Amino acid sequence: MKKKTFLSLIAVLTMTGLFVSCGTNKSNNEVANEVVNKVEGSGNSGTDNSGEIKIGINFELTGEVASYGQSNVDGIMMAFDEINAEGGIDGKKITAVQIDNKSDPAEATSVATRLMTQEKVVAELGPATSGNFMATIPVAMQNKVPAISASATADKGVTVDDKGNVNEYVFRLCFNDSFQGVTMANFALNNLEAKKAVIIKDNSSDYGKGLAENFKDTFEKSGGQVVSEEGYVSKDKDFNAVLTKIKGKDFDVIFIPGYYQEAGLIIKQARDLGIDAPVLGADGFDSPVLLELAGANALNDVYYSNHYSSLDQDPLVQEFIAGFKERYGADPNAFNALGYDLGKYIADAIERAGSQEPEAVKDALKSTKGFRGITGTFDMDENHNPVKSAVVIGLKNGVQATSVKVDPK
Amino acid sequence: MNQFLQQLVNGISLGSIYALVALGYTMVYGIIKLINFAHGDVYMVGAYVGFAVTTYAGIGFIPALIISMLSCALLGIVIEKVAYKPLRNSARIAILITAIGVSLLLEYVMMYFVGAEVRSYPKLLDDSVLKFGNIIINIQQIYIVFTAIALMLLLQFVVKNTKIGKAMRAVSADRDAAQLMGIRVDSTISFTFAIGSALAGAGGVLVGIYYNSIDPLMGMMPGLKAFVAAVFGGIGSIPGAMIGGLSIGILETLVSGYGNSMYRDAAVFAFLIIILILKPSGILGKNTKEKV
Repeated sequence: MKKKTFLSLIAVLTMTGLFVSCGTNKSNNEVANEVVNKVEGSGNSGTDNSGEIKIGINFELTGEVASYGQSNVDGIMMAFDEINAEGGIDGKKITAVQIDNKSDPAEATSVATRLMTQEKVVAELGPATSGNFMATIPVAMQNKVPAISASATADKGVTVDDKGNVNEYVFRLCFNDSFQGVTMANFALNNLEAKKAVIIKDNSSDYGKGLAENFKDTFEKSGGQVVSEEGYVSKDKDFNAVLTKIKGKDFDVIFIPGYYQEAGLIIKQARDLGIDAPVLGADGFDSPVLLELAGANALNDVYYSNHYSSLDQDPLVQEFIAGFKERYGADPNAFNALGYDLGKYIADAIERAGSQEPEAVKDALKSTKGFRGITGTFDMDENHNPVKSAVVIGLKNGVQATSVKVDPK
Repeated sequence: MNQFLQQLVNGISLGSIYALVALGYTMVYGIIKLINFAHGDVYMVGAYVGFAVTTYAGIGFIPALIISMLSCALLGIVIEKVAYKPLRNSARIAILITAIGVSLLLEYVMMYFVGAEVRSYPKLLDDSVLKFGNIIINIQQIYIVFTAIALMLLLQFVVKNTKIGKAMRAVSADRDAAQLMGIRVDSTISFTFAIGSALAGAGGVLVGIYYNSIDPLMGMMPGLKAFVAAVFGGIGSIPGAMIGGLSIGILETLVSGYGNSMYRDAAVFAFLIIILILKPSGILGKNTKEKV
């Protein structure tokens, strides 16, 4: 009964959405206010089915991880508008069908179902986080519509299922967590010439544990030594005991696989205790809050892996940064860059497929070679993961000062 | 040796935070035999009040501390009147469960208003570090330790040497007899909640400044650990809360420092079980006989 009411509600809302969008050009900023909305690129009007390519946008626009979802969508919209301004794909404009999944896995699943069965999209983009993206995977597999996430980095359960079979219709555009662990270990060994490392890991998340494991494996295999491995749980605030303990040891670097909430405090307390060793981390450090928590003075000799750096001098990147600033009035973050790449990537695949059949688009996504994006140039591997480089960002007084590209081996 | 002394410093500053929260636990328990699980969350609200008035009204440390203590005192009275007073004659377990409900209510209402994100605190106190040989002490650690000690002495004075303190002790000993003697039981209980909550508010502001990070669930763990501290010191005893807080802080630090940091929380709660088995009344608790 409940399900029925829900479905009819959806139907009503969908119709309202169609009605609203009919014949009007909406600005992107208004999009989030409505439950369903078709965003048409500049210059495109009318909803002639033969002249448009429908792409589903299933993102976290409200709720706890709304900042990730919204950042991705901003990047995607910028990419779509650029493509449409240049005449679209084979003369057809891209129409984004955007629905908010409220940062909720159950909601993400029903949004995916609606996009694939009712809106009949060519492909679905998003959600941004691993948990929500995983919830949509069964829907994509069942409906045989490609689903692509720009930022779901979880090692397990995304593009490859538990039994080790590749999820045929599922792709992602970012490297996974274990690659970051490997990258930072190589960076410590080669760029910082570290021999001994201490790990202080977030023991309450798969993210932290996975990174720690991969860092340790790579570091020790290449002749390094992990002197001590400590743990904390999310929401901890006092790290003095652990830091005092490691202070008495001989080590060259500290690796903190975790999120900025705790990493900021660990760095601050370490510097207060007089520990000056370089601190390494992963993309969990990428937040302005890190600077607020640790303070500028503590953020020296801090390095973390990320998807993209604004310091990259590649003209493609600089052009993107300038364009983004002009459009949104802010500096793009890694999620914006990934979103932008996602928009360009799906357009590229549809163009190569030469068709709007999900099956053909899936094959085109799969056979991607040398796609050039803001977050690096990549090929898709047989597991539907991109083989791409990471950027290691170095902070000086809390600001990005250096960036080094690390290529996958 | 140096490392041990440094760990002791860490343990004492952490323990003082637990002691600040444990003082409120112990006072409330002492008077109405209720373990007020919402206490850790009052501490969280205190931190946010301090954050709001310093960030948006731009006032200094002392006025912020006072405003936060007053707001928490008020909150404590409201919680008591709304949630606990109607249940005063019900089974103990009913009040205990209500306390857990109040705790969750405060956490998630706060999350609704301010979001789950951590916030950094404005810098209100000097945070330079002092070096004694190889031992490093942050000035803020000294503030926290001394505030805890000062508040403990003040409370001890209020309870032992003032009229309201006498009333509190009387209500604690025998509520009905106290009422017969003309003591206003309701206002005495309200007063106890007000003081206990004000202390939590002060603790929240200090901790916010010291760690430079607050979030709506920040009261959960310290609340539970302070509870262990209060039980260890002898629940109902004010110096006991202080001793308990410091002991738990040092225990935790030593487990992290010399054992395995992953077993830190497990060690604290295992300790609670051991105390409850071996000496349920705690170190300074009165060994009262159960009346049949």
